[in-house]
Amino acid sequence: MKYTCPDLKLLELNGAIPAWQVVIEASELQVLCQKVADGGGRLVALWACDERASLSRFVLHAVLVNEAGLLCLHLPLPQEFPVYPDISGIFSCACRMQRTVFDMLGLTASGSQDMRPWLRHGAWPENSFPLRKDFDEAGRQEADNYPFVQVEGQGVHEIPVGPVHAGIIEPGHFRFSIIGERVLRLEERLGYVHKGIEKRFENNSLLFGAKLAGRVSGDTTVAYAWAYAMAAESIANVVVPKRALWLRALLLERERIANHLGDLGYLSNDVAFSFGMSQFWILKEQVLRNNAALFGHRYLMDKIIPGGVGVDLTETATLLAECDLLEHEVKLLHSILEEHAGVQDRYIGTGCVAPALAAQLGLCGMAGRASGQSWDARVQHPCAPYDQLDVQMATHQNGDVAARVIVRFDELFESLRLMRDIIAKLPSGNVLAIPLEKLPGNGFCLGMVEGWRGEVLVAIHTDAEGNITRVHPHDPSWQNWPVLEHAILGDIVPDFPLINKSFNLSYSGHDL
Amino acid sequence: MYQILKQIIKTGIKTEAPPLADESLRAGEQRLQQKVLEVFGSALNIRLVDAGSCNGCELEIHAVNNAYYNLEGLGIKFVASPRHADLLLVTGSVSRHMEVALKRTYDAIPEPKLVVALGDCGCNGGIFGESYASLGRVSNVIPVDVVVAGCPPTPVEIMQGILTAVSCKK
Ligand code: SF4
Repeated sequence: MKYTCPDLKLLELNGAIPAWQVVIEASELQVLCQKVADGGGRLVALWACDERASLSRFVLHAVLVNEAGLLCLHLPLPQEFPVYPDISGIFSCACRMQRTVFDMLGLTASGSQDMRPWLRHGAWPENSFPLRKDFDEAGRQEADNYPFVQVEGQGVHEIPVGPVHAGIIEPGHFRFSIIGERVLRLEERLGYVHKGIEKRFENNSLLFGAKLAGRVSGDTTVAYAWAYAMAAESIANVVVPKRALWLRALLLERERIANHLGDLGYLSNDVAFSFGMSQFWILKEQVLRNNAALFGHRYLMDKIIPGGVGVDLTETATLLAECDLLEHEVKLLHSILEEHAGVQDRYIGTGCVAPALAAQLGLCGMAGRASGQSWDARVQHPCAPYDQLDVQMATHQNGDVAARVIVRFDELFESLRLMRDIIAKLPSGNVLAIPLEKLPGNGFCLGMVEGWRGEVLVAIHTDAEGNITRVHPHDPSWQNWPVLEHAILGDIVPDFPLINKSFNLSYSGHDL
Repeated sequence: MYQILKQIIKTGIKTEAPPLADESLRAGEQRLQQKVLEVFGSALNIRLVDAGSCNGCELEIHAVNNAYYNLEGLGIKFVASPRHADLLLVTGSVSRHMEVALKRTYDAIPEPKLVVALGDCGCNGGIFGESYASLGRVSNVIPVDVVVAGCPPTPVEIMQGILTAVSCKK
């Protein structure tokens, strides 16, 4: 399949995922976005680069996806007037990304309804932009008074929660407007763990970047490291050893299994079913211990490197035994959860996002599939070895907590099947990585991997000498956080922890 | 119910022996009196603040509560309010956006209090370092008693750090 766009010259982008790129003018941005949206496509990521030093311009980059693959739009903007047309009317998830593009680079989306800062709190002043090359680190501003949207009316009151939450979770602020216990509105305020990751990539080595990519969101380290490596390898035109690709898939599925097990535990815990919590976490711990024993790290950090993998699989018995154990135990726990009236009563109908709303808001990844959005990069755009694994996508139509639990179970079983399949078909070979330490000049490529939460995208830009000038890691949580605000509507405040957990979105991956 | 009970019996007790305290983890002079620590030692409440972590360290803190490590079995538990806490556990290099929240949480914990900084990020700024957005190590922002290195530190190392903080210097 190919993107068809009669009046545009699309250039194929090198990479493991089918992708095209095109340089456009400001007037074409909305038209193209609308076209892709009308065809059922979505916005994956939006970021910008400062090219003032060499070309006196900024460039806005947008990645869209449809059944054919990725389409990357490059929109150059003059440095004296860096303004582009708003696309949040077409893709609602673009809103926060546009606000971030302003916070980080000072490009304005003209016509946007919401011009409030997003990732910027008080770490840097309003008129200074961290991802501009001439950014002055010294500036600092007192935390601004963020203008939350106020809900007015008789009996309405607000509950502010966070940034420090009651449990062991990442920081973020939630502002509930409620009547009695019913939630009328939820507004999120994120950006608390903004630690300057994108800036940190700039002018650092490729290998440092690989480690950093693996720490954008610690629970998704494999997917990020792979997406980063994929982008780098595409720029360098490196053919990764086959065995390394298969091992990457093995690690990715293990990451999915570990996270789904942990989430199922917490989803039991949040409905006061502590039996489920301890059982699932026993299983998760066994997976982590096998990771440590076989691959040298419980979460598999730094095992995927540009050019290949840094670890081999020397024996298969442990993993096959683990598959059998998990299959047996998870089936049992599944039937116990399914038959537990108290648990199901809390799950069913809670935190509902109907498929139509999910499509409208661009809900993606595992949560999207639980609301009828059948997107899975392993299925639609399978890079090797997924092209030989025939992944079965798990979907559900109900879009409630129960559906997200079911999709997790289905994906868990599918990942176990994939793991067995990968072990059986694992190509032999002694070479696990092609050394890759430096990239060619003026490169740009994308990497995309279906992590356990959803699609993870990494874009890498290099300058004429091949130094990394810009890396943009994109987490599916960008798309899904705004949907959480809708999922809680009409439910009661005490259900929020459960609903939040059922999405389990990343703060670190979003705040960068 | 039968299935649940059967599974509980089949699972048995997974909890392993806890690690011993490790003096080398101590960041500086012990700030607390032995007497206080004896009291802490038997029941300790922890408040966690993620001050800018990648969430990797949090995963291992969750694991500390699983059946294998069972921190709660030692009388040490995580609490929601800093007002109920004796020990503040901090992960991440401190982001500037979390500076105020971290300081406020520290202030809200009643004296005497202990602070353990977790992970390479908490110990020395780690991979994120110091920048326009990050203040680096936890001790740049609040006093720290014990540091636990690792990326992320394993559950045993985390327990060791906590137990070191509440044990007395010989
Ligand atoms: S020490 Fe490592 S795992 Fe912990 S927060 Fe830092 S980068 Fe993440």
